[in-house]
Amino acid sequence: MPEMAVPSAVPPPAPTLPDQIVVRLSNVTVSYGKNQALRDVSAGFPTGAVGLLGPNGAGKSTMIKSLLGFVKPDTGRMTVLGHDVTEAPLDIRARIGYMPENDAHIPGMNAVTFVGYCGELAGLGAVDAMQRAHEVLYYVGLGEARYRNVETYSTGMKQRIKLAQALVHDPDLLFLDEPTNGMDPKGRDEMLELIRDLGHNKGMNLILSSHLLPDVEFTCDRVVVMDKGRVVAEGPIAELKGPGGRVYEVRAKADADRLIAALKALGMDCHATDEDVMRVFVPEGLSVQAVFRAAAREGIQMRHVRPSVPTLEDVFARAVGEE
Amino acid sequence: MPIHDQGYRRFEGLRDARGTAWLVIARSAIRTMLRNKKFLGLLILAWAPFIVRAVQVYASTNFPQIAFLAPTAKTFREFLEQQGPFVFFVTIYVGAGLIANDRRANALQIYLSKPLTRVEYVAGKALALLAFLLFVTWVPALLLLVVQILIAGSFAFVQKNLFLFPAITVFAFIQVAAAAFTMLALSSLSKSSRFVGVMYAGVILFTDAIQGMFWLMTRSSGASLVSPSASINQVGDVIFRLPPRYDTPWLLSLVMIASMIAISIVVLERRVRGVEVVA
Repeated sequence: MPEMAVPSAVPPPAPTLPDQIVVRLSNVTVSYGKNQALRDVSAGFPTGAVGLLGPNGAGKSTMIKSLLGFVKPDTGRMTVLGHDVTEAPLDIRARIGYMPENDAHIPGMNAVTFVGYCGELAGLGAVDAMQRAHEVLYYVGLGEARYRNVETYSTGMKQRIKLAQALVHDPDLLFLDEPTNGMDPKGRDEMLELIRDLGHNKGMNLILSSHLLPDVEFTCDRVVVMDKGRVVAEGPIAELKGPGGRVYEVRAKADADRLIAALKALGMDCHATDEDVMRVFVPEGLSVQAVFRAAAREGIQMRHVRPSVPTLEDVFARAVGEE
Repeated sequence: MPIHDQGYRRFEGLRDARGTAWLVIARSAIRTMLRNKKFLGLLILAWAPFIVRAVQVYASTNFPQIAFLAPTAKTFREFLEQQGPFVFFVTIYVGAGLIANDRRANALQIYLSKPLTRVEYVAGKALALLAFLLFVTWVPALLLLVVQILIAGSFAFVQKNLFLFPAITVFAFIQVAAAAFTMLALSSLSKSSRFVGVMYAGVILFTDAIQGMFWLMTRSSGASLVSPSASINQVGDVIFRLPPRYDTPWLLSLVMIASMIAISIVVLERRVRGVEVVA
C-alpha cells in the first residue's frame, strides 16, 4: 500500500497523551435552547474499548457530537487524542472514525465507491482508498455485496457499511453511536464480535455509545454511565461490578414493595428486574441472613434466594438509582 | 470471529495534504452526473446554439451576400443570453440534489466527521455545478471567438473588440455564480431534490412574471430589480458595452445580484451543519 500513496503531506505528529487518556471533558455544559443536554460533565476516556452507557436522552449522542465539533458547548473544554476540540477539529477528525446513530450514507453510490470516497475525503489517495475500501468491506462482512447500491441495503447491512466508512482511513479512535440499532439477533452478535475484535485484538481505541447493557458489557472493558446529562459512574466494568457473591436474586410471594422498603432501610440496594424477581445488593458488614430476617419481620414469605453474579445492569441501576 | 473476517490491517501509507477534500467532492459529483445519459443529452443540446453560431460566422465570412450576419460584440452577448435556458435546466438538473440528497441520506454528518470544513464541502458542491454551467456558457462563447479567428484567418476582429474576452469571462461568471449559489442555498433548505427544482423554477419564473406584469401595467421597466434574470441581463448589457435595456441603474442591478449571492451564502452557513439542532 505505501508505494501507491500520494506523498504530498503527512499529518502532524500527535501530541503525547497524558496518562493514556484519549478523550477528556472538563466541566462541559451543552444546551439546546433551554434544555441542558450535558450538565457540567467531567470525564476521561482511557485507551481501549470504553462504553458510554445511559438511557435514551442521557446525553450520550450529544457528548459524541460535541467531541466531533458538531455542537458547541456553552462552557468547558474537551480534548481528543491530545488536541483541543475547538482549536484543532480537523486534526482530530483526521484521526477518528465516526459511526452515526441514524441511517447515513452518500446517495447514488455502491458500497465500495462510498467507502472509497470516504477514504479519499479522509485524505487517502484514490488508489489506497479503493484498496482499503475492499479490505474493510470484507472485514465487516459486506464483501459479496460491495457492488450493490447502498440504498438497497437492509438495516443490518447499512449498520455494517457505516462501520466500514468509519474504519477505511484507519483511525486511532472510533466513535460508535448505537451500532446495533435495528439489527436482527444474528447481525447484532456479528457486529458486537467485530467491535470486540477491533477493541481487543486490533488495538483500536473506541467509545461505544449504547443504552443496551449487554452490548457494552460484551465489547468494553470500561464504562462511563450517564443519566440526565451527567456522568453518574465511571471506571473498569469489573471494578464497578464489585466482588461476586454479594448480589442475590430474591423472589417474594407478595408485597415486594414492602420488602424492598425494608431492605433499603437496612442499607441494601434493591431493584426489580421482573414482575416478582428483585436483585438485592448486600453491603459490607451484612450477610444474606439480614434479608431473611427483614422478610420475617415484615411477615413476607420468601420463595427464592439465589447468589448471583454482579452485572453491568446492577452497576447501571445503582448509578442511576443513586441519582 | 465471523467466518467472513478477512482481517483488519493498519494503514501505513501516506495521506494527502489537508484542504483537498473539496476537489474530491467536486470530482465525484461531476463523475456522477456524467454517468447520466439524459444529462449528457442536455449538455449536447446546450451546444447546439454554438454550432448554429459557428455556421453563421463561417457563412458571413465566406459569402459576401450574407455579410450582414458577420459577428459583432452583440453577437456574443446574444449568444450568452441564448444560453440562459440551458443555464436554467443544467442548474436544476445538477444543483437541485447536490445538498438536498445529502440531507435526505444524513450524509452531512459523514462528510463533516472527516477532516474537511463546511466551506470545503460547499466549495466542492459549488465547483461541480459551476463547472457544468461554465461548460455551457463560458467555454462555447470563448470557442466561438476562436472559431471566428480561425475562419477569418486574422486577428482583426479580436483586435477591434479587445474587451470581448474579459466581457465574456466576467458576464459568464456572474451568470453562473448567481445561478449556482442560489440553487445551492435552495438545495440546503430541503431534503427533496424535486421540491428544490420546483422552488428554483418558481423563483426564476415568478420574479420574471412579476416584472412582466409591472411592465404591462406601467410601461416602465423599473421593476427589473425584482427579477434575477433581468438584473443579470441589465449588467450583461453594460459589460458588453451595449445600451442597458431597462430603466433601472445597472449598479443597482449589480447590487441585487451580489445581495442574492450573499444571502445564499448566509443560508448555506446556517444550513450546512453536521447536526440539525431544533431548540
